Amino acid sequence: MQWRYDISGIDTVTLHFGQRIDAALVTPIHRAAIALKSSLGPRLLDAVPSYTTLLLRYDVLQDDLASLMGQVSEVLNQLPDAIGEVDAESEIIEVPVFYHPSVGPDLKRLAQRSGFSVEEFIRRHSERLYQVFAIGFAPGFAYLGEVAEELSVPRLANPRAKVPAGTLGIADTQTALYPIVSPGGWNLIGRTPLVLFDQSRAQPSLLEAGQTVRFRPIAQDEYLELGGRLDDLPWGVEPGLDIQQGAPAKKQGEKL
Amino acid sequence: MTHSKPGLLIEKPGFLSLIQDAGRRGVMHLGLATGGAMDRHAWAWANYLLGNCFGAAALEITFGQVEFVSQLNASIAITGAKVTVTVNGASQPLWATLSLKAGDRVTLGAPRAGLRSYLAVAGGFSVAAGLGNSCATLYREKTGGLHRDGQPLKAGDLLPCEPQSQNPPLQRQVPVDWIPDYREALILDVIIGAQIERFPSRSLECFFTQPYTLSPQSDRMGARLNGPALEVFGERLISEGISLGAVQVPANGLPIILLNDRQTIGGYPKLGAVTPRSLDALAQRQPGSQLQFRPVALYEAQRREKAFLNFFNKTL
Repeated sequence: MQWRYDISGIDTVTLHFGQRIDAALVTPIHRAAIALKSSLGPRLLDAVPSYTTLLLRYDVLQDDLASLMGQVSEVLNQLPDAIGEVDAESEIIEVPVFYHPSVGPDLKRLAQRSGFSVEEFIRRHSERLYQVFAIGFAPGFAYLGEVAEELSVPRLANPRAKVPAGTLGIADTQTALYPIVSPGGWNLIGRTPLVLFDQSRAQPSLLEAGQTVRFRPIAQDEYLELGGRLDDLPWGVEPGLDIQQGAPAKKQGEKL
Repeated sequence: MTHSKPGLLIEKPGFLSLIQDAGRRGVMHLGLATGGAMDRHAWAWANYLLGNCFGAAALEITFGQVEFVSQLNASIAITGAKVTVTVNGASQPLWATLSLKAGDRVTLGAPRAGLRSYLAVAGGFSVAAGLGNSCATLYREKTGGLHRDGQPLKAGDLLPCEPQSQNPPLQRQVPVDWIPDYREALILDVIIGAQIERFPSRSLECFFTQPYTLSPQSDRMGARLNGPALEVFGERLISEGISLGAVQVPANGLPIILLNDRQTIGGYPKLGAVTPRSLDALAQRQPGSQLQFRPVALYEAQRREKAFLNFFNKTL
């Protein structure tokens, strides 16, 4: 495995695995993080994967840079040169999504912009597998890539002040779910009923870097059955959308 | 958490009072900030005076002006910013153990020097550790702290304490010579990072020779600086993990020092990282304070950090 490192602080080094955003780097960085965590144990205070890098934080009382990097080299040099291959063993995490203008106020505009019907836009967004490139911005906020080129769209010029938890968005070539209520500049297309971040869980974040995600389109009744909310939408509801009543779900493929 | 346990009852919470400890470990990959006491020096002394272990939770009080009533006999210590402390109206020393009886009323005034006070209690506060085995309060994330919702203390909050042991801590005081003067000119040590190559030499010369001032827009996430703008070559970077103290330079050229509550990844070019010991001193500077920077070797910075940790890791 090809890598280099540089010093980022008194107790941190950054390992570099590539020069540009590339889906082929996700698995090797993920594997490196797992191998280093298991080999170094509590000597490693944090391992933060991102698009092309892995930041390591160590304990200066236990390790100096030379001893740390000696061990890091030993571990990484034993890892296979698996660049370019998606981890076949990695489990696919299925995330149900209610793709609908009530919870995704930019859905219609994005569909029109790309020249697809809303149904076709949803099909194209949900048909591919996404990888978690990085976690950041907020607890459990996962940057997933990459969306089909024809669905790619720049982020909003004016971010919204409030995006509800679970909302699914697109910005540039990436797609992401907002784990907690926060401001946000992504184009919003739907919402999952899953709780993405819960600090009382043993694993607080549903998603972690390196994982593979599939979005499964669901109708409104399933969204509500799974605990999805419609009573906290800051952008209001379009006239004609009977969402409070839990109207009979439209089947996928029916006109929204 | 049980409220039957007595503790310190907050009547005036001040501008910003947060439960803080040594910060979180092992959760940055989930997008969670590390948090923790901003001035570890004053925080560690408050615990040390009481014989608490190094990592014990204490109260971090920004801008003073706090009032509380103790519901139990307890020993406390208040360190950090120069504030007036009274117990039932009588003035008390800082950087020293204070004995409280049940019903005693304690007040902290506004700082005359420094910014943050640390209040520890013998035995520590009974706040359960949460994410990253820490009770650090993260306001932006709404995680951690007394109620695990990231909220600062408010009037009516009860900080539960362990009951006083049979042997109360000895009366102790930090020697006057060891108490920092937070009005002294501050020179921050910086470990140079690899992205320094993105800064033209005239910008680097500027950074290491010209004074900067601390902007009032600073918070626990970052210290914003006013002063000469720096030029950066090239575009934004691909987002990568951010170290404590990283000096990032956004498009306007004004450096931001990233602190305990920083985001975990980001894409602005970084000159290097201010050392934790320098960040301790920075945490006590008021907005408008003048700062300068000097490069330091990694080995030297680690030597000083180890000396600091080893001193406070010993129990008295």
